[in-house]
Amino acid sequence: MKMTPEEYGRLAQKASPPSPMGKNLLMAFLCGGGICALGEGFRLLYQWLGADEELAAAGVSVTLIFLAVLLTGLNVYDNLAKHAGAGTLVPITGFANSVASPALEFKSEGFILGLGAKMFIIAGPVIVYGTAASILYGLVLWLFRLY
Amino acid sequence: MASRKGKYTILFDDPPGIRASAAVGCAKEADGPLGDMFDIINRDSYFGQKTWEKAESEMQKQAVAKALEKAGLTASEVEAVFAGDLLNQCVGSTYGLRALGIPFVGLFGACSTMAESLCVAATFLDAGAIKRGIACTSSHFCTAERQFRYPLEYGGQRPPTAQWTATASGAAVLEKGDLPPFIRGITIGTIEDLGICDANNMGAAMAPAAAATLKHFFEDTGTKPADFDLVITGDLGQVGSELLRELLRRDGYDLEHRQSDCGMLLFDREKQDVHAGGSGCGCAASVFCGHLVPLLRQKKLRDILFIATGALMSPTVVQQGESIASIAHLVYLSSEKSGGKI
Repeated sequence: MKMTPEEYGRLAQKASPPSPMGKNLLMAFLCGGGICALGEGFRLLYQWLGADEELAAAGVSVTLIFLAVLLTGLNVYDNLAKHAGAGTLVPITGFANSVASPALEFKSEGFILGLGAKMFIIAGPVIVYGTAASILYGLVLWLFRLY
Repeated sequence: MASRKGKYTILFDDPPGIRASAAVGCAKEADGPLGDMFDIINRDSYFGQKTWEKAESEMQKQAVAKALEKAGLTASEVEAVFAGDLLNQCVGSTYGLRALGIPFVGLFGACSTMAESLCVAATFLDAGAIKRGIACTSSHFCTAERQFRYPLEYGGQRPPTAQWTATASGAAVLEKGDLPPFIRGITIGTIEDLGICDANNMGAAMAPAAAATLKHFFEDTGTKPADFDLVITGDLGQVGSELLRELLRRDGYDLEHRQSDCGMLLFDREKQDVHAGGSGCGCAASVFCGHLVPLLRQKKLRDILFIATGALMSPTVVQQGESIASIAHLVYLSSEKSGGKI
């Protein structure tokens, strides 16, 4: 029996179990919220230690990046992310993991053509389009301020 | 001599046999339901090497060495080795078999490579071109992940349709003789593509290939699934197996209770977090060499159809918008040299 790709696509969709949306959303909310709460904790700590608001905010980013990279190196981060999903992906920790994990992985091809070249294989597009979007946003803002 | 039956199937009048076979696995495979079938278990996924690719080569080297040892042979007594794997340029095989000095036929059939290598080796043997050959392949979770997906430590989430590449290898020594099991016939697969583009749903991409090859075999030989003790696919997993049964049901072939899948047997899907099941060349290869060959030899199984399925996927072409083309090769094995339904 000849089947068209459309017919088969429908059949395949029926046979493929969907991702558990409710569970994924709840875990992302709890873990993502947890990471943000942790960041807030660090901010308060740094301010209590005498840092001004700007320095405390930078300190929070650096601390979360450090922790994410450390956990990536200890082979723990991916096991957390398996359950947390977007909860660990969206905060700055996800960005840190996406740079640290290829750096670890491609070290075997050398420090230049391996680690150096492949380090931004996942984060690269985020940086490129993030920068492009910020320019566009700046341009819009500038146009509005003209009038 | 080999004779053609129908449009796609080749039957052997003096079928080659499998003298010995060996399976090598890693920790997760050893902890699975078929853990006891492995001849060598290496819990260190680096196999004592510095990189994952070297580990895969070492695994294939160990599988061939073990199969030769079980056959009581040395490498110089084998006239050709038919091997391949998932990696670019088939480096798992190239570097794993480099030191052997056996004429090498490199094959790429993605996860269908075990069946493909058996098909080619059996045809060479039947033609009298060689007297003894080795068919082998391997896959490694870590090499496959970095080539096809993401770095290992990247924190991504796998969908329920994703499959887990087995870190395993299988090698079989084939020769003409009276040692069972025998390769009685083969059906070389056609390239099938029903438009699946999701690299996380290989089972769905490969099911049409398995369905087409099985249908060709049944039509060519005038047989039906009930004529065989087992119809075992390579790595369709849960999703692909369900689709295969549905596709063949629509063609009038009932696979119920006859079909099994190496990817479903190798791992415990619930406990081992492998989602839809195992995959990779090494999945079908190790289950074939470690589990099916002994069962056939002990005559616990008589006639089986082994259909290893392969998604001929290139990340580059898929990124360019192509769908995933697939293939499935069939090997008809029997514990008897003649008789049966064909």
